[in-house]
Amino acid sequence: MAAATSPRLGRLERPALTGVLVREVVNFSSFWRSTTFSSTVEPTIYLLAFGFGFGALVGRIEGHRTIDFIATGTVATAVLFSAAFPAMFGTFVKYQFQRTYDAILAAPVDTEELVTAEALWIATRAGLYGCVPLLVAMAFGLNPSWGMLVVPLIAWTAGFGWACFGITVAGFAKSFENFNYIVSAVLTPLFLVAGTFFPLSRLPRWGQVLGELNPLHHCVQLVRDAVFGFAGWVDLARYGALVLFGLAMWRLAIHAMERKLID
Amino acid sequence: MSDGLAIRLRGVVKRYGAITAVDHLDLDVPVGTCVGLLGPNGAGKSTTMRILTAQSIADEGEIEVLGFRLPRESKAARAECGVVPQLDNLDTTLTVQQNLLVFTHLYRIGRADRAEAIERALKMANLVDRRDTRVDKLSGGMRRRLLIARALVHRPRLVLMDEPTVGLDPQVRQELWALIDALRSEGTTILMSTHYIEEAQRLADTVLIMSHGSAVAAGPPAELVTKHAGSQVLEVYGPPTRLAEVESEAGAAGLRTRRTGTSISVLGVDANGDHSFEGERRPANLEDVFVLLTGEEID
Repeated sequence: MAAATSPRLGRLERPALTGVLVREVVNFSSFWRSTTFSSTVEPTIYLLAFGFGFGALVGRIEGHRTIDFIATGTVATAVLFSAAFPAMFGTFVKYQFQRTYDAILAAPVDTEELVTAEALWIATRAGLYGCVPLLVAMAFGLNPSWGMLVVPLIAWTAGFGWACFGITVAGFAKSFENFNYIVSAVLTPLFLVAGTFFPLSRLPRWGQVLGELNPLHHCVQLVRDAVFGFAGWVDLARYGALVLFGLAMWRLAIHAMERKLID
Repeated sequence: MSDGLAIRLRGVVKRYGAITAVDHLDLDVPVGTCVGLLGPNGAGKSTTMRILTAQSIADEGEIEVLGFRLPRESKAARAECGVVPQLDNLDTTLTVQQNLLVFTHLYRIGRADRAEAIERALKMANLVDRRDTRVDKLSGGMRRRLLIARALVHRPRLVLMDEPTVGLDPQVRQELWALIDALRSEGTTILMSTHYIEEAQRLADTVLIMSHGSAVAAGPPAELVTKHAGSQVLEVYGPPTRLAEVESEAGAAGLRTRRTGTSISVLGVDANGDHSFEGERRPANLEDVFVLLTGEEID
Protein backbone atom coordinates (compact mmCIF):
# COMPACT_ATOMS: atom_id res chain seq x y z
CA MET A 1 0.00 0.00 0.00
CA ALA A 2 1.06 3.55 -0.61
CA ALA A 3 2.09 5.62 2.37
CA ALA A 4 -0.43 8.00 3.86
CA THR A 5 -0.63 11.04 1.62
CA SER A 6 -2.57 13.54 3.74
CA PRO A 7 -0.33 16.08 5.43
CA ARG A 8 -0.18 16.21 9.18
CA LEU A 9 -2.81 18.72 10.19
CA GLY A 10 -1.86 21.69 12.29
CA ARG A 11 -3.20 23.47 15.37
CA LEU A 12 -6.08 25.91 15.42
CA GLU A 13 -7.03 25.39 11.80
CA ARG A 14 -9.69 27.55 10.27
CA PRO A 15 -11.74 24.64 8.82
CA ALA A 16 -11.96 23.00 12.24
CA LEU A 17 -13.02 26.27 13.90
CA THR A 18 -15.52 26.88 11.11
CA GLY A 19 -16.97 23.39 11.49
CA VAL A 20 -17.65 23.89 15.19
CA LEU A 21 -18.99 27.40 14.59
CA VAL A 22 -21.34 26.15 11.87
CA ARG A 23 -22.70 23.59 14.31
CA GLU A 24 -23.34 26.34 16.84
CA VAL A 25 -24.98 28.64 14.31
CA VAL A 26 -27.23 25.88 12.94
CA ASN A 27 -28.21 24.90 16.48
CA PHE A 28 -28.76 28.52 17.46
CA SER A 29 -31.28 28.84 14.64
CA SER A 30 -33.52 26.46 16.59
CA PHE A 31 -33.44 28.33 19.92
CA TRP A 32 -32.38 31.93 19.21
CA ARG A 33 -35.71 33.40 20.26
CA SER A 34 -35.62 32.15 23.84
CA THR A 35 -31.91 32.94 24.25
CA THR A 36 -32.29 36.42 22.83
CA PHE A 37 -35.32 37.03 25.01
CA SER A 38 -33.57 36.09 28.26
CA SER A 39 -30.29 37.76 27.32
CA THR A 40 -31.93 41.08 26.53
CA VAL A 41 -34.92 41.26 28.85
CA GLU A 42 -32.97 40.39 32.01
CA PRO A 43 -30.41 43.21 31.83
CA THR A 44 -33.10 45.57 30.65
CA ILE A 45 -35.15 44.85 33.77
CA TYR A 46 -32.06 45.43 35.91
CA LEU A 47 -31.42 48.68 34.10
CA LEU A 48 -34.96 49.97 34.44
CA ALA A 49 -35.41 48.83 38.03
CA PHE A 50 -32.10 50.16 39.32
CA GLY A 51 -31.98 53.11 36.95
CA PHE A 52 -35.38 54.47 37.83
CA GLY A 53 -35.43 53.08 41.38
CA PHE A 54 -32.09 54.54 42.41
CA GLY A 55 -32.60 57.43 40.05
CA ALA A 56 -35.52 58.62 42.14
CA LEU A 57 -33.27 58.63 45.25
CA VAL A 58 -29.97 59.65 43.71
CA GLY A 59 -30.18 62.16 40.90
CA ARG A 60 -26.62 61.83 39.60
CA ILE A 61 -23.64 59.53 40.13
CA GLU A 62 -20.16 60.85 39.35
CA GLY A 63 -21.79 63.63 37.37
CA HIS A 64 -23.91 61.36 35.18
CA ARG A 65 -27.65 60.68 35.29
CA THR A 66 -28.21 57.55 37.39
CA ILE A 67 -29.88 55.65 34.54
CA ASP A 68 -26.94 56.47 32.23
CA PHE A 69 -24.44 55.42 34.88
CA ILE A 70 -26.23 52.13 35.47
CA ALA A 71 -26.88 51.50 31.77
CA THR A 72 -23.18 51.64 31.00
CA GLY A 73 -22.49 49.29 33.90
CA THR A 74 -25.26 46.92 32.92
CA VAL A 75 -23.48 46.22 29.62
CA ALA A 76 -20.88 44.29 31.59
CA THR A 77 -23.59 42.46 33.52
CA ALA A 78 -25.28 41.47 30.26
CA VAL A 79 -21.95 40.23 28.93
CA LEU A 80 -21.35 38.20 32.07
CA PHE A 81 -24.83 36.69 32.00
CA SER A 82 -24.77 35.87 28.32
CA ALA A 83 -21.23 34.44 28.35
CA ALA A 84 -20.39 32.72 31.64
CA PHE A 85 -23.75 31.03 32.21
CA PRO A 86 -24.29 29.55 28.73
CA ALA A 87 -20.66 28.44 28.71
CA MET A 88 -20.96 26.69 32.07
CA PHE A 89 -24.28 24.99 31.54
CA GLY A 90 -24.00 24.48 27.77
CA THR A 91 -20.56 22.90 27.95
CA PHE A 92 -21.56 20.61 30.78
CA VAL A 93 -24.69 19.43 28.96
CA LYS A 94 -22.81 18.90 25.72
CA TYR A 95 -20.15 16.65 27.16
CA GLN A 96 -22.06 14.99 29.96
CA PHE A 97 -25.52 14.38 28.54
CA GLN A 98 -25.56 14.99 24.80
CA ARG A 99 -22.04 13.65 24.17
CA THR A 100 -21.77 16.24 21.42
CA TYR A 101 -18.07 16.69 21.98
CA ASP A 102 -17.39 12.99 21.45
CA ALA A 103 -18.96 13.34 18.01
CA ILE A 104 -16.96 16.47 17.18
CA LEU A 105 -13.66 15.07 18.42
CA ALA A 106 -14.12 12.00 16.23
CA ALA A 107 -13.84 14.41 13.27
CA PRO A 108 -10.56 16.22 12.51
CA VAL A 109 -11.04 18.71 15.34
CA ASP A 110 -8.86 18.96 18.45
CA THR A 111 -9.94 20.02 21.91
CA GLU A 112 -8.08 23.31 21.52
CA GLU A 113 -10.08 24.10 18.38
CA LEU A 114 -13.32 22.94 19.94
CA VAL A 115 -12.89 25.15 23.01
CA THR A 116 -11.71 28.11 20.96
CA ALA A 117 -14.64 27.94 18.56
CA GLU A 118 -17.16 27.53 21.37
CA ALA A 119 -15.70 30.55 23.19
CA LEU A 120 -15.61 32.64 20.00
CA TRP A 121 -19.27 31.91 19.36
CA ILE A 122 -20.36 32.71 22.90
CA ALA A 123 -18.25 35.88 22.87
CA THR A 124 -19.91 36.99 19.64
CA ARG A 125 -23.34 36.50 21.14
CA ALA A 126 -22.28 38.29 24.32
CA GLY A 127 -20.83 41.14 22.26
CA LEU A 128 -24.21 41.67 20.62
CA TYR A 129 -26.41 41.10 23.66
CA GLY A 130 -24.16 43.33 25.74
CA CYS A 131 -25.14 46.32 23.64
CA VAL A 132 -28.85 45.98 24.43
CA PRO A 133 -28.76 48.01 27.70
CA LEU A 134 -27.13 50.88 25.85
CA LEU A 135 -29.86 50.83 23.22
CA VAL A 136 -32.52 50.80 25.93
CA ALA A 137 -30.78 53.67 27.74
CA MET A 138 -30.64 55.65 24.50
CA ALA A 139 -34.40 55.23 24.26
CA PHE A 140 -34.52 56.79 27.74
CA GLY A 141 -32.33 59.74 26.88
CA LEU A 142 -28.69 58.58 26.88
CA ASN A 143 -26.83 60.71 24.37
CA PRO A 144 -25.17 58.78 21.55
CA SER A 145 -21.41 59.14 21.20
CA TRP A 146 -18.76 57.92 18.77
CA GLY A 147 -17.12 55.96 21.56
CA MET A 148 -20.16 53.71 21.71
CA LEU A 149 -18.96 52.11 18.48
CA VAL A 150 -16.20 50.29 20.37
CA VAL A 151 -18.59 48.90 22.98
CA PRO A 152 -19.24 45.70 20.94
CA LEU A 153 -15.47 45.10 20.83
CA ILE A 154 -15.14 45.63 24.58
CA ALA A 155 -18.14 43.37 25.19
CA TRP A 156 -16.75 40.75 22.82
CA THR A 157 -13.35 40.75 24.52
CA ALA A 158 -14.86 40.48 27.99
CA GLY A 159 -17.34 37.88 26.68
CA PHE A 160 -14.50 35.73 25.38
CA GLY A 161 -12.88 35.73 28.81
CA TRP A 162 -16.13 34.93 30.61
CA ALA A 163 -17.01 32.24 28.08
CA CYS A 164 -13.63 30.60 28.70
CA PHE A 165 -14.19 31.01 32.44
CA GLY A 166 -17.53 29.18 32.09
CA ILE A 167 -15.98 26.41 30.00
CA THR A 168 -13.21 26.03 32.59
CA VAL A 169 -15.75 25.71 35.39
CA ALA A 170 -17.70 23.14 33.38
CA GLY A 171 -14.48 21.26 32.66
CA PHE A 172 -13.69 20.89 36.34
CA ALA A 173 -17.29 20.36 37.54
CA LYS A 174 -18.46 16.91 38.45
CA SER A 175 -22.13 17.80 38.56
CA PHE A 176 -24.52 20.69 37.99
CA GLU A 177 -24.59 21.26 41.75
CA ASN A 178 -20.94 22.32 41.63
CA PHE A 179 -22.02 25.44 39.74
CA ASN A 180 -23.80 26.72 42.87
CA TYR A 181 -20.42 27.31 44.53
CA ILE A 182 -19.15 29.28 41.55
CA VAL A 183 -22.29 31.37 41.21
CA SER A 184 -22.47 32.18 44.93
CA ALA A 185 -18.81 32.48 45.79
CA VAL A 186 -17.34 33.89 42.58
CA LEU A 187 -19.81 35.40 40.15
CA THR A 188 -22.14 37.15 42.59
CA PRO A 189 -19.33 38.99 44.45
CA LEU A 190 -17.67 39.91 41.14
CA PHE A 191 -21.00 41.16 39.85
CA LEU A 192 -21.61 43.31 42.93
CA VAL A 193 -18.08 44.67 43.21
CA ALA A 194 -17.68 45.74 39.61
CA GLY A 195 -18.85 49.33 39.83
CA THR A 196 -22.05 48.56 37.96
CA PHE A 197 -24.46 50.17 40.41
CA PHE A 198 -22.14 52.41 42.44
CA PRO A 199 -18.58 53.70 41.98
CA LEU A 200 -15.86 51.56 43.51
CA SER A 201 -14.47 54.74 45.12
CA ARG A 202 -17.28 54.40 47.70
CA LEU A 203 -15.81 51.11 48.91
CA PRO A 204 -13.09 50.83 51.56
CA ARG A 205 -9.53 50.73 50.24
CA TRP A 206 -9.30 46.95 50.29
CA GLY A 207 -12.56 46.75 48.36
CA GLN A 208 -11.20 49.09 45.73
CA VAL A 209 -8.05 46.98 45.36
CA LEU A 210 -10.14 43.83 44.98
CA GLY A 211 -12.33 45.64 42.48
CA GLU A 212 -9.31 46.48 40.33
CA LEU A 213 -8.59 42.74 40.14
CA ASN A 214 -12.12 42.09 38.90
CA PRO A 215 -12.25 41.77 35.08
CA LEU A 216 -15.91 42.75 35.17
CA HIS A 217 -14.93 46.10 36.70
CA HIS A 218 -12.57 46.80 33.79
CA CYS A 219 -15.37 46.04 31.37
CA VAL A 220 -17.72 48.38 33.29
CA GLN A 221 -15.17 51.21 33.32
CA LEU A 222 -14.22 50.76 29.68
CA VAL A 223 -17.83 50.89 28.53
CA ARG A 224 -18.47 53.93 30.74
CA ASP A 225 -15.41 55.70 29.37
CA ALA A 226 -16.32 54.75 25.81
CA VAL A 227 -19.72 56.38 26.29
CA PHE A 228 -18.74 59.40 28.39
CA GLY A 229 -15.16 59.97 27.22
CA PHE A 230 -12.00 57.84 27.13
CA ALA A 231 -9.38 58.13 29.87
CA GLY A 232 -6.32 57.47 27.67
CA TRP A 233 -3.66 55.04 28.92
CA VAL A 234 -5.80 53.92 31.83
CA ASP A 235 -8.38 52.56 29.42
CA LEU A 236 -5.70 50.93 27.32
CA ALA A 237 -4.43 49.23 30.47
CA ARG A 238 -7.96 48.15 31.31
CA TYR A 239 -8.39 46.68 27.82
CA GLY A 240 -5.04 44.94 28.24
CA ALA A 241 -6.31 43.45 31.49
CA LEU A 242 -9.37 42.11 29.68
CA VAL A 243 -7.17 40.62 26.96
CA LEU A 244 -4.93 39.02 29.56
CA PHE A 245 -7.95 37.66 31.41
CA GLY A 246 -9.25 36.20 28.14
CA LEU A 247 -5.92 34.61 27.22
CA ALA A 248 -5.41 33.10 30.67
CA MET A 249 -8.95 31.73 30.77
CA TRP A 250 -8.63 30.42 27.21
CA ARG A 251 -5.59 28.30 28.07
CA LEU A 252 -7.18 27.17 31.32
CA ALA A 253 -10.39 26.19 29.50
CA ILE A 254 -8.42 24.12 26.99
CA HIS A 255 -6.55 22.41 29.81
CA ALA A 256 -9.76 21.69 31.72
CA MET A 257 -11.54 20.27 28.70
CA GLU A 258 -8.58 18.17 27.57
CA ARG A 259 -8.58 16.67 31.03
CA LYS A 260 -12.29 15.99 30.75
CA LEU A 261 -12.54 14.78 27.17
CA ILE A 262 -9.30 12.91 26.57
CA ASP A 263 -8.45 10.11 28.99
CA MET B 1 0.23 2.13 5.19
CA SER B 2 2.30 -0.72 6.47
CA ASP B 3 1.61 -4.00 4.69
CA GLY B 4 -1.83 -3.06 3.44
CA LEU B 5 -3.16 -2.55 6.94
CA ALA B 6 -5.71 0.14 7.70
CA ILE B 7 -5.13 -0.36 11.43
CA ARG B 8 -2.09 -1.79 13.12
CA LEU B 9 -1.85 -2.02 16.91
CA ARG B 10 1.13 -3.55 18.68
CA GLY B 11 1.31 -4.10 22.42
CA VAL B 12 -1.26 -1.42 23.23
CA VAL B 13 -1.93 -0.92 26.91
CA LYS B 14 -4.44 1.42 28.53
CA ARG B 15 -4.78 1.62 32.28
CA TYR B 16 -7.29 3.47 34.45
CA GLY B 17 -5.68 3.42 37.87
CA ALA B 18 -5.46 -0.20 38.95
CA ILE B 19 -7.66 -1.39 36.09
CA THR B 20 -6.06 -2.41 32.82
CA ALA B 21 -8.75 -1.80 30.22
CA VAL B 22 -6.59 -2.80 27.24
CA ASP B 23 -3.78 -5.22 27.92
CA HIS B 24 -0.99 -5.59 25.33
CA LEU B 25 -3.41 -5.70 22.43
CA ASP B 26 -2.22 -6.53 18.92
CA LEU B 27 -4.68 -5.89 16.12
CA ASP B 28 -4.43 -5.89 12.33
CA VAL B 29 -7.23 -4.63 10.12
CA PRO B 30 -6.38 -5.23 6.45
CA VAL B 31 -7.66 -2.69 3.94
CA GLY B 32 -11.04 -3.62 2.47
CA THR B 33 -12.04 -6.05 5.20
CA CYS B 34 -14.49 -6.02 8.07
CA VAL B 35 -12.97 -6.98 11.38
CA GLY B 36 -15.15 -7.61 14.40
CA LEU B 37 -14.03 -7.07 17.98
CA LEU B 38 -16.11 -9.54 19.93
CA GLY B 39 -16.33 -9.50 23.67
CA PRO B 40 -18.64 -8.92 26.61
CA ASN B 41 -19.16 -5.54 28.27
CA GLY B 42 -15.91 -4.46 29.90
CA ALA B 43 -13.71 -6.45 27.52
CA GLY B 44 -11.96 -3.29 26.34
CA LYS B 45 -13.68 -2.88 22.97
CA SER B 46 -14.91 0.67 23.47
CA THR B 47 -11.59 1.76 24.97
CA THR B 48 -9.86 0.35 21.90
CA MET B 49 -12.22 2.36 19.71
CA ARG B 50 -11.51 5.52 21.70
CA ILE B 51 -7.77 4.92 21.38
CA LEU B 52 -8.19 4.77 17.60
CA THR B 53 -9.70 8.27 17.57
CA ALA B 54 -7.20 9.56 20.17
CA GLN B 55 -9.98 10.29 22.63
CA SER B 56 -8.12 7.89 24.84
CA ILE B 57 -4.33 7.94 24.91
CA ALA B 58 -2.62 4.57 25.26
CA ASP B 59 -0.05 4.17 28.02
CA GLU B 60 2.09 1.84 25.92
CA GLY B 61 2.30 0.40 22.43
CA GLU B 62 2.31 1.42 18.79
CA ILE B 63 -0.80 2.59 16.99
CA GLU B 64 -1.06 3.21 13.28
CA VAL B 65 -4.31 4.19 11.55
CA LEU B 66 -4.33 4.59 7.76
CA GLY B 67 -0.58 5.03 7.90
CA PHE B 68 -0.70 7.77 10.52
CA ARG B 69 1.02 7.34 13.87
CA LEU B 70 -1.26 7.98 16.84
CA PRO B 71 -1.73 10.00 18.91
CA ARG B 72 0.62 12.50 17.17
CA GLU B 73 -1.05 12.33 13.76
CA SER B 74 -4.52 11.40 14.90
CA LYS B 75 -6.14 14.47 13.40
CA ALA B 76 -5.04 13.48 9.92
CA ALA B 77 -6.24 9.94 10.54
CA ARG B 78 -9.63 11.16 11.81
CA ALA B 79 -10.09 13.18 8.62
CA GLU B 80 -10.22 9.90 6.74
CA CYS B 81 -12.19 7.86 9.28
CA GLY B 82 -15.88 7.69 10.01
CA VAL B 83 -17.02 6.89 13.53
CA VAL B 84 -20.34 5.36 14.53
CA PRO B 85 -20.56 5.72 18.32
CA GLN B 86 -22.20 3.31 20.69
CA LEU B 87 -24.27 6.07 22.26
CA ASP B 88 -26.43 8.35 20.16
CA ASN B 89 -24.86 11.84 20.05
CA LEU B 90 -26.91 13.44 17.30
CA ASP B 91 -28.14 17.01 17.64
CA THR B 92 -31.72 16.21 18.49
CA THR B 93 -33.23 19.64 17.83
CA LEU B 94 -31.82 19.71 14.31
CA THR B 95 -33.23 17.99 11.25
CA VAL B 96 -31.64 14.99 9.61
CA GLN B 97 -30.23 17.18 6.85
CA GLN B 98 -28.89 19.79 9.29
CA ASN B 99 -27.05 17.09 11.23
CA LEU B 100 -25.37 15.95 8.02
CA LEU B 101 -24.65 19.54 6.97
CA VAL B 102 -22.77 20.18 10.22
CA PHE B 103 -20.59 17.16 9.60
CA THR B 104 -19.85 18.11 6.01
CA HIS B 105 -18.21 21.19 7.54
CA LEU B 106 -16.48 19.27 10.32
CA TYR B 107 -15.10 16.83 7.73
CA ARG B 108 -14.03 19.73 5.50
CA ILE B 109 -16.06 18.85 2.43
CA GLY B 110 -15.83 21.72 -0.04
CA ARG B 111 -18.82 23.99 -0.59
CA ALA B 112 -19.39 22.62 -4.11
CA ASP B 113 -19.54 19.02 -2.92
CA ARG B 114 -21.62 19.39 0.23
CA ALA B 115 -25.08 19.00 -1.29
CA GLU B 116 -24.05 15.91 -3.18
CA ALA B 117 -22.40 14.38 -0.10
CA ILE B 118 -25.56 14.93 1.95
CA GLU B 119 -27.74 13.49 -0.79
CA ARG B 120 -25.56 10.41 -1.08
CA ALA B 121 -25.58 9.85 2.68
CA LEU B 122 -29.36 10.28 2.85
CA LYS B 123 -29.87 7.73 0.08
CA MET B 124 -27.45 5.26 1.56
CA ALA B 125 -29.22 5.41 4.93
CA ASN B 126 -32.65 5.42 3.29
CA LEU B 127 -33.55 8.71 4.95
CA VAL B 128 -34.31 10.82 1.88
CA ASP B 129 -37.97 11.21 2.87
CA ARG B 130 -36.95 12.20 6.40
CA ARG B 131 -34.44 14.90 5.52
CA ASP B 132 -36.53 17.65 7.11
CA THR B 133 -37.59 15.66 10.15
CA ARG B 134 -36.15 16.70 13.50
CA VAL B 135 -33.99 13.99 15.01
CA ASP B 136 -36.08 13.82 18.19
CA LYS B 137 -39.00 12.72 16.00
CA LEU B 138 -37.11 9.76 14.48
CA SER B 139 -37.38 6.14 15.58
CA GLY B 140 -34.40 4.42 17.20
CA GLY B 141 -33.58 2.58 13.99
CA MET B 142 -33.66 5.76 11.91
CA ARG B 143 -31.39 7.52 14.38
CA ARG B 144 -28.91 4.66 14.11
CA ARG B 145 -29.06 4.86 10.32
CA LEU B 146 -28.44 8.60 10.55
CA LEU B 147 -25.41 7.97 12.77
CA ILE B 148 -24.03 5.68 10.08
CA ALA B 149 -24.85 8.19 7.34
CA ARG B 150 -23.11 10.92 9.33
CA ALA B 151 -20.00 8.75 9.64
CA LEU B 152 -19.98 8.15 5.88
CA VAL B 153 -20.76 11.65 4.64
CA HIS B 154 -17.11 12.31 3.69
CA ARG B 155 -16.51 8.87 2.09
CA PRO B 156 -14.06 7.68 4.73
CA ARG B 157 -11.47 5.03 3.97
CA LEU B 158 -12.07 3.44 7.34
CA VAL B 159 -15.23 3.18 9.44
CA LEU B 160 -15.12 2.49 13.17
CA MET B 161 -18.41 1.17 14.53
CA ASP B 162 -18.77 0.79 18.27
CA GLU B 163 -21.63 -1.60 18.98
CA PRO B 164 -23.64 -0.31 16.00
CA THR B 165 -26.81 -2.26 16.79
CA VAL B 166 -26.78 -2.33 20.57
CA GLY B 167 -30.20 -1.90 22.15
CA LEU B 168 -32.13 -2.22 18.88
CA ASP B 169 -34.93 -4.68 18.24
CA PRO B 170 -34.16 -7.67 15.96
CA GLN B 171 -35.92 -6.24 12.91
CA VAL B 172 -34.03 -2.95 13.03
CA ARG B 173 -30.81 -4.84 13.67
CA GLN B 174 -31.39 -6.81 10.45
CA GLU B 175 -31.86 -3.52 8.55
CA LEU B 176 -28.59 -2.20 9.87
CA TRP B 177 -26.79 -5.43 9.09
CA ALA B 178 -27.92 -5.08 5.48
CA LEU B 179 -26.56 -1.53 5.48
CA ILE B 180 -23.21 -2.55 6.96
CA ASP B 181 -23.03 -5.53 4.62
CA ALA B 182 -23.53 -3.21 1.64
CA LEU B 183 -20.66 -1.03 2.84
CA ARG B 184 -18.48 -4.06 3.27
CA SER B 185 -19.32 -5.23 -0.26
CA GLU B 186 -18.23 -1.85 -1.60
CA GLY B 187 -14.80 -2.47 -0.09
CA THR B 188 -14.97 -0.01 2.82
CA THR B 189 -12.67 -1.06 5.63
CA ILE B 190 -14.67 -1.57 8.82
CA LEU B 191 -13.68 -2.20 12.40
CA MET B 192 -16.77 -3.07 14.38
CA SER B 193 -17.06 -3.88 18.04
CA THR B 194 -19.96 -6.00 19.13
CA HIS B 195 -21.12 -8.32 21.83
CA TYR B 196 -23.62 -9.98 19.51
CA ILE B 197 -22.26 -13.31 18.29
CA GLU B 198 -24.55 -13.39 15.26
CA GLU B 199 -23.49 -9.91 14.23
CA ALA B 200 -19.82 -10.85 14.26
CA GLN B 201 -20.46 -14.14 12.50
CA ARG B 202 -22.55 -12.56 9.73
CA LEU B 203 -20.60 -9.40 9.04
CA ALA B 204 -16.97 -9.87 9.97
CA ASP B 205 -14.32 -11.34 7.68
CA THR B 206 -12.13 -11.70 10.74
CA VAL B 207 -13.10 -11.79 14.38
CA LEU B 208 -10.87 -10.84 17.28
CA ILE B 209 -12.17 -12.22 20.54
CA MET B 210 -11.39 -9.97 23.48
CA SER B 211 -11.56 -10.69 27.16
CA HIS B 212 -10.29 -8.53 30.01
CA GLY B 213 -8.58 -6.18 27.56
CA SER B 214 -6.63 -8.86 25.72
CA ALA B 215 -7.06 -10.66 22.42
CA VAL B 216 -7.60 -14.33 23.08
CA ALA B 217 -8.08 -15.49 19.47
CA ALA B 218 -8.33 -14.07 15.99
CA GLY B 219 -9.33 -15.41 12.61
CA PRO B 220 -12.22 -15.84 10.19
CA PRO B 221 -15.34 -16.90 12.13
CA ALA B 222 -15.66 -20.30 10.45
CA GLU B 223 -11.99 -21.03 10.96
CA LEU B 224 -12.16 -20.09 14.65
CA VAL B 225 -15.17 -22.35 15.13
CA THR B 226 -13.59 -25.33 13.39
CA LYS B 227 -10.28 -24.83 15.17
CA HIS B 228 -11.63 -24.47 18.68
CA ALA B 229 -15.06 -26.14 18.76
CA GLY B 230 -15.10 -28.55 15.80
CA SER B 231 -18.06 -28.65 13.47
CA GLN B 232 -20.64 -30.37 15.66
CA VAL B 233 -21.75 -29.88 19.24
CA LEU B 234 -23.87 -32.27 21.25
CA GLU B 235 -26.33 -30.57 23.55
CA VAL B 236 -27.15 -32.89 26.46
CA TYR B 237 -30.09 -32.09 28.72
CA GLY B 238 -30.77 -33.59 32.13
CA PRO B 239 -30.70 -33.09 35.86
CA PRO B 240 -27.55 -31.57 37.41
CA THR B 241 -26.20 -34.99 38.43
CA ARG B 242 -26.47 -36.26 34.86
CA LEU B 243 -24.81 -33.15 33.50
CA ALA B 244 -21.96 -33.60 35.96
CA GLU B 245 -21.53 -37.21 34.79
CA VAL B 246 -21.47 -36.15 31.15
CA GLU B 247 -18.92 -33.44 31.94
CA SER B 248 -16.70 -35.95 33.64
CA GLU B 249 -17.05 -38.59 30.92
CA ALA B 250 -16.44 -36.03 28.17
CA GLY B 251 -13.33 -34.84 29.97
CA ALA B 252 -12.06 -38.40 30.22
CA ALA B 253 -12.71 -38.85 26.47
CA GLY B 254 -10.69 -35.72 25.72
CA LEU B 255 -13.72 -33.66 24.74
CA ARG B 256 -14.28 -30.09 25.81
CA THR B 257 -17.57 -29.04 27.37
CA ARG B 258 -19.42 -25.90 28.33
CA ARG B 259 -22.34 -25.54 30.70
CA THR B 260 -25.31 -23.68 29.27
CA GLY B 261 -27.89 -23.47 32.05
CA THR B 262 -30.02 -26.62 31.93
CA SER B 263 -27.76 -28.41 29.46
CA ILE B 264 -24.16 -29.15 28.76
CA SER B 265 -22.57 -28.73 25.35
CA VAL B 266 -20.02 -31.34 24.35
CA LEU B 267 -17.77 -29.87 21.71
CA GLY B 268 -15.90 -31.53 18.88
CA VAL B 269 -18.10 -34.63 18.83
CA ASP B 270 -17.54 -34.96 15.08
CA ALA B 271 -13.87 -35.60 15.65
CA ASN B 272 -14.49 -38.22 18.26
CA GLY B 273 -17.46 -40.49 17.69
CA ASP B 274 -16.51 -42.84 20.50
CA HIS B 275 -18.85 -41.72 23.27
CA SER B 276 -22.11 -42.74 24.80
CA PHE B 277 -23.84 -39.38 25.15
CA GLU B 278 -27.31 -38.85 23.89
CA GLY B 279 -28.46 -35.40 22.97
CA GLU B 280 -29.22 -32.95 20.21
CA ARG B 281 -26.57 -32.28 17.63
CA ARG B 282 -26.16 -28.74 16.37
CA PRO B 283 -23.46 -26.91 14.41
CA ALA B 284 -20.74 -25.37 16.56
CA ASN B 285 -20.75 -21.58 16.64
CA LEU B 286 -18.70 -18.59 17.73
CA GLU B 287 -20.39 -18.52 21.10
CA ASP B 288 -18.97 -21.99 21.84
CA VAL B 289 -15.55 -20.69 20.90
CA PHE B 290 -15.95 -17.58 22.99
CA VAL B 291 -17.03 -19.44 26.11
CA LEU B 292 -14.31 -22.03 25.65
CA LEU B 293 -11.58 -19.48 25.29
CA THR B 294 -12.63 -16.97 27.86
CA GLY B 295 -14.73 -18.90 30.34
CA GLU B 296 -17.30 -16.10 30.11
CA GLU B 297 -20.82 -16.13 28.77
CA ILE B 298 -21.61 -13.45 26.24
CA ASP B 299 -24.76 -11.48 25.41
